[in-house]
Amino acid sequence: MIPELGHYALVLALALGLVQSVAPVIGARRRDGTLMRLANSTALMQFVFVALSFAALAACYVTSDFSVLTVYENSHSQMPLIYKFTSVWGNHEGSMLLWVLILALFGALVAAFGNNLPATLKALVLAVQSWIASAFYLFILLTSNPFLRLAPAPFEGRDLNPILQDPGLAIHPPLLYLGYVGFSIAFSFAIAALIEGRIDAAWARWVRPWTLTAWMFLTLGIAMGSYWAYYTLGWGGFWFWDPVENASLMPWLAGTALLHSAVVMEKRNALKIWTILLAILTFSLSLIGTFLVRSGVLTSVHSFANDPRRGIFILAILVLFIGGGLMLFAARASVLKQGGLFAPVSREGALVLNNLFLTTACLTVLTGTLYPLALEALTGAKITVGGPFFNLTFGPLMMALMFAIPFGPLLAWKRGDLLGAAQRLMAAFGVGLAAVAAVFALEGGNSVLAPFGVGLAFYVMAGALVDLVERTGLFRLPLATVRTRAAGLPRSAWGSAIAHFGIALSMLGIISAATWGAERIVEVKPSQTVSLSGYDLTFEGLRQSRGPNYSALVGTFTVRKGNSIIGVMQPSKRSFATRSMTTNEAALMIRGAGQLYLSLGDSNDDGSTAIRLYYKPMVMLIWLGAVVMMLGGALSLSDRRLRVGAPKPAAKSALAPAE
Amino acid sequence: MTRKQRRLSLIGASGFVLAVALALVLSAMRDSIVFFRSPSEIAEQHPAAGTRLRIGGLVKSGSVTRGENLNISFVVTDGKNDVPVHYQGIVPDLFREGQGVVAEGKLTAEGTLLADTVLAKHDERYMPREVVDALKKAGRWQEGEATPGGTQR
Repeated sequence: MIPELGHYALVLALALGLVQSVAPVIGARRRDGTLMRLANSTALMQFVFVALSFAALAACYVTSDFSVLTVYENSHSQMPLIYKFTSVWGNHEGSMLLWVLILALFGALVAAFGNNLPATLKALVLAVQSWIASAFYLFILLTSNPFLRLAPAPFEGRDLNPILQDPGLAIHPPLLYLGYVGFSIAFSFAIAALIEGRIDAAWARWVRPWTLTAWMFLTLGIAMGSYWAYYTLGWGGFWFWDPVENASLMPWLAGTALLHSAVVMEKRNALKIWTILLAILTFSLSLIGTFLVRSGVLTSVHSFANDPRRGIFILAILVLFIGGGLMLFAARASVLKQGGLFAPVSREGALVLNNLFLTTACLTVLTGTLYPLALEALTGAKITVGGPFFNLTFGPLMMALMFAIPFGPLLAWKRGDLLGAAQRLMAAFGVGLAAVAAVFALEGGNSVLAPFGVGLAFYVMAGALVDLVERTGLFRLPLATVRTRAAGLPRSAWGSAIAHFGIALSMLGIISAATWGAERIVEVKPSQTVSLSGYDLTFEGLRQSRGPNYSALVGTFTVRKGNSIIGVMQPSKRSFATRSMTTNEAALMIRGAGQLYLSLGDSNDDGSTAIRLYYKPMVMLIWLGAVVMMLGGALSLSDRRLRVGAPKPAAKSALAPAE
Repeated sequence: MTRKQRRLSLIGASGFVLAVALALVLSAMRDSIVFFRSPSEIAEQHPAAGTRLRIGGLVKSGSVTRGENLNISFVVTDGKNDVPVHYQGIVPDLFREGQGVVAEGKLTAEGTLLADTVLAKHDERYMPREVVDALKKAGRWQEGEATPGGTQR
């Protein structure tokens, strides 16, 4: 009964979605307030019904109702409750349901909190949002129904892919989807503005908080995915340039560009057309990501069992929204009024440069991701485009961007003073050069690029601090004045400085872990000691243990530094009988910002085992940097200017149609 | 600056960055792309020694020999032709004789692949897609044997 209710709720959501796709558009045309306001209720009800549908599916999973096909295929009665719940989206059908749940959530949020939007704009935004939602409801109902029944019901399920039986599954996909799908709001706003043929600075002020929210979640989602892969795949890599990872990186790059160009539009009423285009492109890349991951074009842990019909359906959605969006853009962009002018050397100019680098970097990632697919489709040749390609293309572009970051906030709007900014950055240059020299001296010139990378990271961090020092007048003005200035500084200024600091932290972690990481892959016998980077690990032996739905082989290692014992590491291998699969549970020991990483390889009958041991200095900074970036975003989001219900400019409220 | 000059400087900067990116992409394409070959293709085409390749097929039954210091040798076959592979390190958990495998590395003059990466399937039910295609080409594939899926390091 419950699955049928869930199915039915989804059908109702589709019906509401179809109404919401049409009625508000007609309402906006005829200036009919009733029709336009209808979208508010339908958006909220859509969310309620999708949530009911999701809850129904979750209930099937939690109660292990194996008469439902997807539950049978992806769950097991002996799994811990948390994994029973997370396996709702540990498969294709359920993850698409999570996708539309978040889509409906964002639609409902716009309906609930978009009260200060002009009525026609709000109606159109909700309509566009509903076009997307309806397309995906149809996709689920026609090709990926999660509520299909099995008769007779099997006694036991086939278990969730053991790799996914990890707390990471509870966090990574929802965060990532909140990011991906959150960009749909920017897309809907862009399409609505194109339909209306009207766009102004206020538009950017409405779009920015939504984009920022999505960006924050995406940042965290990507970082979480990276950490999950790092600790679960057993060999200590944190980024693999896997097409599926690129699929999430591309919207992030475009979304970051969008955040910055929206600032220009809001503050200077310039770059309007470009911002609209970026909003369309960002969500398009999210859709491409969904297509790459969900269609089965790629093979990875993320692609569940595939059905070619699904690929074609998602491709159709992709073509419809990306093609339609870009065609509308081509037809209507000229209607939008050109924005203000600015000198190349100015805050606007710096932000354009930021956009230029980010979109170009995004383009190189897109090329590297799609080229193998295109080549295979056209010639049948199979190639791999991996790390080296991206390091050679994406890397230099990012380095150039990093060098430019500290200049941006120090340049004035309209006309900036490059020399003045460079002078104020002297301290940051100094810090950077000192870091280069220090690393060279410590390292003895083994690598050339790494010291400069570290120098660059320190320069960007110092640059972020210089920005704050300059704005608050620290060291120049009396302390009391500094305090009032700091208090008066907009939170978005703090936010951007903190976010820039965060990206530099991540960069530092990446360079350090990639350059100075040490590894040993050896076979050890019981009571044998292995040394790496000043740590001595003594192998105490292997033992068997049992989990709820697996048996595990656990190795115990005593870790010493010098003569004192600093801890015990227990890497294990879990064998899941249902899928006859093993997973690797690496043991991690945090040392400062670095980590010791230990995973088990094959073990022999005499009690010896192969191990992989890594020391990764400062590796934690990679993910910490992402968290710092997210906090910067959150601070910026809490800026009074962007807060919901912020006082609206008088002129606009006078123009808003009476309701 | 006039509007025209400003626009030109913007276009100039964009053009420059894009040109640099294009140059980077093209040079990286030449140096860092790895082709996938099946054992039969290697037998036919005789790639030069030192070429970086990715090969796929089944681990030939009875071919795995393990030496000291985690050295391991095995033969990858697509049923028609074989390629000997040598690797030092830990092979994936699902690396087994008779199962699909993908190895990446350099070819020696003797035709042995010195692998630095060995991938096996990540799920018992699945087979690396490249392996499926290679076996299909060699005519050693029965439909319904397994579903194409992903790989695991």
